[in-house]
Amino acid sequence: MATIVSPIEPAIAPSLGTAPGALDRHDLTDRDLIDVYRTMLRIRRFEERVKDLFLEARLYGSVHLYIGEEAVATAACKAIGDGDVISSTHRGHGHCIAMGLETGPMMAELMGKVTGYNHGKGGSMHIASLDHGMLGANGIVGAGIPISTGAALGFWIQERPNVALCFFGDGAANQGAFHEGINFAAGLKLPVVFICENNGYAQFQSVKQDLPIEHVATRAISYGIPGVIVQGEDVLDVYGAVKEAVRRARAGDGPTLIEAKTYRFEGHFLGDPEPYRTRAEVAAARATRDPLKLFGAQLQELGVATAEDLQAIHVQIDDEMERAIEFGESSPEPPASVLLTDIFTGADEHGRAS
Amino acid sequence: MAVVTMSQALNMALHEEMARDERVFLIGEDIKDSTYGITKGLWDTYGHKRVIGTPISEAAIAGAVLGAASVGLRPVAEFMYMTFMMCAMDQVVNQAAKSKYMFGGKAVLPIVYRTMAGAGRANAAQHTQSLEAWFAHVPGLKIVMPTTPYDAKGLLKTSIRDDNPVIFIENKVQYATTRGEVPSTDYTIPFGQAAIRRAGTDVTIVALQRMNEIALEAADELAEIGIEAEVIDPRTIVPLDLDSIVKSVRKTHRVVIVHEAHERVGFGAELVAQIVQHAFDYLDAPPIRVANPNVPTPFNRTLEELSIPSAAQVVQAVRGLMR
Ligand SMILES: Cc1ncc(C[n+]2csc(CCOP(=O)(O)OP(=O)(O)O)c2C)c(N)n1
Ligand SMILES: [Mg+2]
Repeated sequence: MATIVSPIEPAIAPSLGTAPGALDRHDLTDRDLIDVYRTMLRIRRFEERVKDLFLEARLYGSVHLYIGEEAVATAACKAIGDGDVISSTHRGHGHCIAMGLETGPMMAELMGKVTGYNHGKGGSMHIASLDHGMLGANGIVGAGIPISTGAALGFWIQERPNVALCFFGDGAANQGAFHEGINFAAGLKLPVVFICENNGYAQFQSVKQDLPIEHVATRAISYGIPGVIVQGEDVLDVYGAVKEAVRRARAGDGPTLIEAKTYRFEGHFLGDPEPYRTRAEVAAARATRDPLKLFGAQLQELGVATAEDLQAIHVQIDDEMERAIEFGESSPEPPASVLLTDIFTGADEHGRAS
Repeated sequence: MAVVTMSQALNMALHEEMARDERVFLIGEDIKDSTYGITKGLWDTYGHKRVIGTPISEAAIAGAVLGAASVGLRPVAEFMYMTFMMCAMDQVVNQAAKSKYMFGGKAVLPIVYRTMAGAGRANAAQHTQSLEAWFAHVPGLKIVMPTTPYDAKGLLKTSIRDDNPVIFIENKVQYATTRGEVPSTDYTIPFGQAAIRRAGTDVTIVALQRMNEIALEAADELAEIGIEAEVIDPRTIVPLDLDSIVKSVRKTHRVVIVHEAHERVGFGAELVAQIVQHAFDYLDAPPIRVANPNVPTPFNRTLEELSIPSAAQVVQAVRGLMR
């Protein structure tokens, strides 16, 4: 007799986060919590200023904003430490800031300046800083999944106690690389945490059209790893889940697939006319799912910060952004000579030092 | 005759072919809302079984059209950027291109893979590649690269009616900026017929798409200093109208090939080899390529511009040959 192994409504591993209602600050000190807020705000204001600059033609290129999703990168990167790495996506500014990249050289990179993290050669879609463990934004959807798996493979071979975090979108979950990467990582129990930022859309297509099941996390079942769903606007919920997944990864228990339900407040890219969703839908999300507003309220509820404290942070961050822009705009353009450098390490194909 | 953009001309071809033949269907990512407007309005007219939006799964798209063609349909797949075809190479190269031959000639596979190449919009290294030479290297694929809106419409229709896998490459920068007269009537343009875009006697310039526009600019500048360039647009590189090119070179005795792909092992290398083989005795100077240097496209727009051939570079190359 045939055995049905695939129920239509597969069970989801229970959220490793907290039950709704109870505020769990996990192991985060007051200072940590304030830091988390500052990082989320830094991402928000960076993105808002990038949008302004783009509209004023002071910055160019293909730019995808992370506004609305700040809690995911911030919480996840707060749950890792020295020597750990992440892979990112085309929507990578938030991941960069959460990994500690500075906003000045980031802004410079978005402006194509020589002082940018990639010396102006990469731009928004390829921003990277290996020194920070940030293995790169990516122009190819899903490409980071095998790459972070490979970093975890490296840690496993070297027996280093490090982990890799892999950020990717709901759309990326439909790439072949998703299946190959996660299946491989699960087979070797590699120290990697897969974090799907399900923001409801892959470019113009609703996740409802692209995904025949309700949750990306359900797919964890087919790799024999835990699948976890968290509310992406709840920074403490995300933190709890990633912290636990990182603990498992470091302990040699293998990968976890975490799905953060989130929402992008801006268009897919700057300039997107957004024909695929209503203004009302976006307004509703901004009103009820703004991670920054929610966390600000939580901090006050926990007695960690007052409204005035938060206001002071806003002033600091605004000032930082002005300095970042000033840094970017006053930085020089790369010289024409660098067009031909950086192809190889060591001598180039003509035998010239590069 | 209406003057339309490149995107509109492509849209017209798709509209007309879908109306003409109900076996024709479109498949790709975001083709309902259509990022560049090529498939605009087609979903409304032809519905969800003829305009199929897919998940971000290029391998699935590339293989699905092969399967659908095997059972009697005439699919037109869209890869928004040529770079995304890298995720689908097995299906295109190992499967679609070779099936007919491997199956002893029995498979008839009328597939069009539409895609977009070229730099010039600050999209950096992964979204700007011109990889026509990769595909030209693979037996079993026809390769079409229209330069004008008129040709785009006629050649896309020919591609859809062709019984073989066709890689139909569009140039990103030309979509909105290249305009031309396009009749609303039905017409096709045969593969393997080059167009002489400008007649001349002193040098032959071979170039496609945006580089053809640049070659024409260069030709105007050259005319001012008394050099008459003949500008040839091959229109398709597989099959290639070598005769027209060789004939021109035998007349002008000099040739410059301009392309946006990297110089090394670009399509220009093949052209040079063919020209040397078929017009060696007629050449007064070595054939020259003006192409992208062998570096990925940089993000910075000044560097990006330097990485793409310019009219000035073409003028300089020609003047070098005339000495
Ligand atoms: C292989 C590949 N196919 C298509 C694209 C074009 N593209 C860029 S982003 C995107 C949507 C990605 O959606 P998702 O993974 O959900 O990330 P989000 O943009 O929502 O953050 C698409 C289709 C691409 N960059 N790479
Ligand atoms: Mg998404």
